[in-house]
Formats: sequence, C-alpha cells, structure tokens
Amino acid sequence: MEILMAFVIGILFMSATYLMLSKSLLRIIVGTGLLSHGAHMLILTMGGLKTGAAPLLGEKAPYTDPIPQALILTAIVISFGVTAFFLVLAYRAYQELGTDNMDRMRGTEGND
Amino acid sequence: MINFLILPILIPLVTGVLLIFASKRIMLQRWIAGISSVIAIIFSALLVQKVRVSGIQTLDVSSWEAPFGITLVSDMMSALLVLTTSIIAFLCLIYSFWSIGEAREKFYYYAAFNFLIVGVNGAFTTGDIFNLFVFFEVMLMASYVLLVLGGKKAQLRESIKYILVNVISSALFVIAVAYLYSVVGTLNMAHISVRISEASQGNPPGIITVIAVLFLIVFGLKGAIFPLYFWMPGSYYAPPAPVLALFGALLTKVGVYSITRTYTLFFYHDIGFTHQLLSFLAIMSIIAGVIGAIAYWDIKKIIIYNIIIAVGVILFGVSAMTTDSLTGSIFYLIHDMIIKASLFLLAGIVIAITGTSNLHKISGLIKRYPGLGWTFFIAALALAGIPPLSGFVGKLLIVKGGFEAEHYWGAGIVLLSSLLVLFSIMKIFINGFWGTPRAYNEEDKVPVGKMLIAPVILVIIAVFYGAGSEFVYPYILQAAETLANPEIYIEAVLKEY
Repeated sequence: MEILMAFVIGILFMSATYLMLSKSLLRIIVGTGLLSHGAHMLILTMGGLKTGAAPLLGEKAPYTDPIPQALILTAIVISFGVTAFFLVLAYRAYQELGTDNMDRMRGTEGND
Repeated sequence: MINFLILPILIPLVTGVLLIFASKRIMLQRWIAGISSVIAIIFSALLVQKVRVSGIQTLDVSSWEAPFGITLVSDMMSALLVLTTSIIAFLCLIYSFWSIGEAREKFYYYAAFNFLIVGVNGAFTTGDIFNLFVFFEVMLMASYVLLVLGGKKAQLRESIKYILVNVISSALFVIAVAYLYSVVGTLNMAHISVRISEASQGNPPGIITVIAVLFLIVFGLKGAIFPLYFWMPGSYYAPPAPVLALFGALLTKVGVYSITRTYTLFFYHDIGFTHQLLSFLAIMSIIAGVIGAIAYWDIKKIIIYNIIIAVGVILFGVSAMTTDSLTGSIFYLIHDMIIKASLFLLAGIVIAITGTSNLHKISGLIKRYPGLGWTFFIAALALAGIPPLSGFVGKLLIVKGGFEAEHYWGAGIVLLSSLLVLFSIMKIFINGFWGTPRAYNEEDKVPVGKMLIAPVILVIIAVFYGAGSEFVYPYILQAAETLANPEIYIEAVLKEY
C-alpha cells in the first residue's frame, strides 16, 4: 500500500513541479496546491498505513497512529491560509500590474 | 517561575492581538507596541541571566512529559538570540514611528510587526521540530503581510516571488519532517537526537544523511545560502526601511540558527559528508555574496549581498565543528544581526533624504548630515571587523577554528572576504558622503534627528559588544559548549537519559 501511495505522491510532486515552472500565475498557484496535497499525503504515508481503528478511545484497539493526522491537520490549515493570501495577492497584482505572465513581472529598479 | 521562558513569545503575541482592536488610533498603537517591547527586552535579559546562573531552562507545555508534549527549550544560544531580537525589534519599532507613514500604521502594521517577532522568538525557543515549522509559518505569514503592505507595484511583484519560494520551502520542510518521523518516530528534538544516535551505532544509515541534506536545502532556502539565495536580492529590495531592517536582521538568521541547531544536535555522527558539503556551500555563499556586493552601485543591493556573505561566514564556522569556531559563529551571528539592522536603517535615512538608492546620484551628504555620516562610517568599520569593533572577535575565532580543523582554504577566503566587504561598504561611504553636496528635493520634510536615534543606539551596542567582548565572552562560550556537546541539551530536556 505504501508503495502505491509513494507513486501517487511522486506523480503529484511531478505535476506540481511542472505547473510551478510555467508562466501563468494561476497555474503556479494550482501547482502549490498540488504540492501541499503531496506533502500532506506523504506525512500520512510515512506515519505508516497499518490497518486499525480510527484514533477514538471508544473504538476497539489497535488504533492507527494519531500523530501524523494531527500534523496534517495543522499543515492543512497553514497552507490554506497561505493559499488564500496568495490568491488575493495574485488578484491584486493582476489589477495593478495588468498581467499574470511571470515573464512580464521581471526586474528590479536600480539595476546597473 | 517555570513559565519564564515563554514570556518573550507571549508578550508580542498578546500585544499583536490587542493592536488589532486599536487599528485606527495610531498614538495608542505606538504606546502599546513601544511599552510591550520594552517589557519584552527586560524579560529576555532576565532570561539570559537565568540561563547563565542555573543552566538550560526547559518548559514542558501543559506538563506533558518531554518526548510526548511540546517542550520549549532555552539554552544560552536561544536566550541570547531572543534578547538580540527583542532589542532590534524595539529599535526598528521606534524608527517606524517617524518613517513608516500613517497609511501603513492604520492597516495593522504594528500587529503584523509583533506577530513577526512572535514567530522569530518562537523559532529560537522551541524544542520540537514540527513546532519549529509552525513558528516558521507564523514568521513567514507576518513577513508576507509586511512585505506587501502598501501595495506598490514593486512590492506586489516581489511578494509573489517571495511567497512562491517560501511555499515551496515550507512544503519541503513538511516532507523532511515526514521522512524524519518515519525513521525515528518522534518529533522532540532531543529525543530525535537520541534515536539517531541509537540508529547510528557503528554504521550510520544513509537515509539520515539524505534527511540531513534535505534539511540543509529547506533551511538554506530560508537562510539564503549559495545556490538558494536567488530570491533574496529582489524580495528584500521592495519593502520600506524598517521592515527591511527586520528582515535583514532576523529572517535569514532564523534559517542559520536552524541549520546550526540541526547540524550540531541531530546530524553530528557522520560529519564527513554533511559538514564537508556545508563548508563548501558556506564558502560559495561568501564568494557569491562578495561578487554581488562589489558589482552593484545601489546602497540596498550592496547591504543585501553583505547578508549572504555573513551567512556564509557563520555557517563556515558551524561546519568546522570545533568549540572555537562555534563560539566565533555565535559571536558573529549576534554581531551581524545588530549591524545589519543599523546599516539598513541608515540606508533608509539616506534614501529618505535623497529619494534614491543609486550611488551615482548621491554625493556630499556629510556636509549637511555629519551625524549620519559618522554613524555610517563606524557601522561600516564594524561590519568589516576592524579590531575594537564588534565584527572582529567573531571572525577571529571563526578563522582560528577553521585553521584548527585544517580548512585552510576556507579560512583564507573568510579573511579575504573581509577586505572586499570593507571595499563594498566604503564605496557607499566615499561616493555617497564625500564629494560636492547636491540639492535634494525632500530635505526639509525628513526628521533626520529622530530617525537617527535607533541606528545610533544600535551602533553604540555594536561598539560595546566589540569593546566589551571580555564581558560577553563567558555567555557565548556557554552557548557554544551546549552546541559542541549535545548531551547537555539532551539531558536538560529528557531528564532520565
């Protein structure tokens, strides 16, 4: 099961890398979404995918490992916050700069 | 009082929350933020003294025992860095009063400022690897807001790049933590160290080395080391001076601290490969930084590339792994935080006066602003490491440690880099402050006298830090001893080991 998950996560990382290397800003943000999906599934996989009950004390033992689930929950809300900020920033940048093409967002003032 | 070491995190957190409710009342905001950061300085200083007297302070949050709950650990290095952070935060704050402008102050500037300090102090104090990730994110999110606040075109453009790089490095951090968790099965830093030692009996497994390199990539992205510094010159060019001073002094140094912590606490068993790699990357950062610092004719760019040089020098000391070089690294780390903050604040004043950071368009400032000129001169000498000032002792110890570890090439490059750092910073002084004075448009509007308070205090601290190194040395030696002997740290956290 872990090996199958490793392949799935690898494909997610591959797509994320491909999207983040493209020119359009929205594709890049979709790429970051896929990257965080991959990272979260990796925590779950690396914590071990043994069969067991949900980590609730009422259930019958053995339980699955609760720590990776807590870590994922934390990482999900953090990446949710950052993605929301990033999307609004992209919207604002589109209004101000009039482009979503990363090639046209180049350069800093004062290069000489 | 066992909760003592949480105060440098808690005070800015509560202040940040309070400031959200006072967003339209600027004077109230300034008073709250100012007073609370003075209190934070006092408590951090007391914390340093407490660590000095009674050893490493640990706090098991909610009284869950060490490997199972989150443990906050304040050893001497953390305590000193927290104190330095609090001082720099206070001075950047009072500089903001006269320079940041009402429009930003009304839109939660001081709240974001305090949350940034929460993240930095938390990252220095935590003893849990996933909690370190969370504090990194607190710090980074506050830095996104501070970077983009104001919404100028350059800020929007550079924020996009900065956020993208940091989202990727945060995902890599999560991946690295997942790998480490699957190998050692714990998140508490001291316990990770114990488990890695147990696993490395005789033959250290290769996966540990892979994880070590992955952590180096993650923290190297935050701390701007050689192949991973590409995002920094652009991103740090965009924000206004006090924000830039905070970023330059604190953010990259958190990455440097994390590399130091992980490479002295976790990955010290098979140092042949990892520390060789670290020392190579450190030397390459010095070279890349020096090339950038010499090449540009722009005040901000020159100082930004000097950050990369300093990161390289500090990490070279860490990679040598002798007590001398580690002492030197901590010495230099604290010196560099202070001096980079003061240089960016001074550069901010020059830009406020002249309206440009291009050295070709500035000259003769010392005629009208002698105080500014001489402060900049002393800061420049301190940066290069001229003996009575603060940069000297750290670099001396790093070079000494480098020679002891037989890294002759590296130590030679560190010495040579000082010369070129001096050249790059004197280029600013000679071209900007000497020569014939020019007329600038905004001269009368800038309250130079008030804005000079913060950088002058920082330079005075730098002078005393250099001249009084005899007084500071025992503290820093204590910090280096903990780094050189991880058993001290482990025993303090996991009582029964």
